[in-house]
Amino acid sequence: MASKEARRTPPKSRRRPEGRDPRQDKYSVLLPTYNERENLPLIVWLLVKSFSESEINYEIIIIDDGSPDGTRDVAEQLEKIYGSDRILLRPREKKLGLGTAYIHGMKHATGNYIIIMDADLSHHPKFIPEFIRKQKEGNFDIVSGTRYKGNGGVYGWDLKRKLISRGANFITQILLRPGASDLTGSFRLYRKEVLQKLIEKCVSKGYVFQMEMIVRARQLNYSVGEVPISFVDRVYGESKLGGNEIVSFLKGLLTLFATT
Amino acid sequence: MDWAEGESVRSPEPTMTKLAQWLWALALLGSAWAALTTGALGLELPSSCREVLWPLPAYLLVSAGCYALGTVGYRVATFHDCEDAARELQSQIQEARADLSRRGMRF
Repeated sequence: MASKEARRTPPKSRRRPEGRDPRQDKYSVLLPTYNERENLPLIVWLLVKSFSESEINYEIIIIDDGSPDGTRDVAEQLEKIYGSDRILLRPREKKLGLGTAYIHGMKHATGNYIIIMDADLSHHPKFIPEFIRKQKEGNFDIVSGTRYKGNGGVYGWDLKRKLISRGANFITQILLRPGASDLTGSFRLYRKEVLQKLIEKCVSKGYVFQMEMIVRARQLNYSVGEVPISFVDRVYGESKLGGNEIVSFLKGLLTLFATT
Repeated sequence: MDWAEGESVRSPEPTMTKLAQWLWALALLGSAWAALTTGALGLELPSSCREVLWPLPAYLLVSAGCYALGTVGYRVATFHDCEDAARELQSQIQEARADLSRRGMRF
């Protein structure tokens, strides 16, 4: 089931805003951070490297939720180094959740495509040019990174973690038939208007939020392309997967099962 | 905004939830099975057929379970370990630190 082609309906002619030259495409990366002072400079450096090597027009929007560890100070230094047209700081006072971070970031985004990813180095920016190629190839509304297909994979997971991940993915595929193989991953490229629409529709939080985005995308007949990615589990900081996460994942899954 | 007009082109959301689809399918299969095993429709199946039909749901359940376990097991066993990606990242981290320090970054 997981190997099913993710493409849904044929793209409709309205998809490309009139007269936009593909060379004018701009990609806004939304980076929500909380206590990422170690990782932030590294991820930004990798992003800049990846974008400039592929000659892609970009901006990086850092949405820090009042981290006590000085992430904001690091972000300000990065803004000075790379310029305030490339690095945009849009901090918030306190931790307010992922969905609202995206809304907040998008208000300031000037790109016509939005890339969302984790700032903890588990998502490598080297895949972004592949996302963009994939998007253009199929004129997709969404391109999702997947750990479960092709050359995709993970690093730093023990057997138990792999089993939970594969098991959860299997159940999800059976119950929701979402048309994409990696629902809980959060490394994706969206058309800006598509992400706006989806966020309006989504109500859940955490892992389930990412899952709901793809499920709602299927409901709204958006097309989803997939690119295999390698997921390198947090180099700095703690990786989180406890009993609480599993319970809230199951709750979210069943909610989506019963309501979509 | 250009996306607002695009909205009307899209087909409406399907009304049946995934849960409802499952319940419908189960009810349909279940009643077909019940009708056939009890002979409710007045059609008498040969006894050999009925012997197979009677425990069929149990067989299906067991084979679905086996399929699930087999699939998940296979996927866990073949889950890629991205050693190269981790190594590449480590070396790029060193590079990034050096480059950023040169540009005046205080870590």
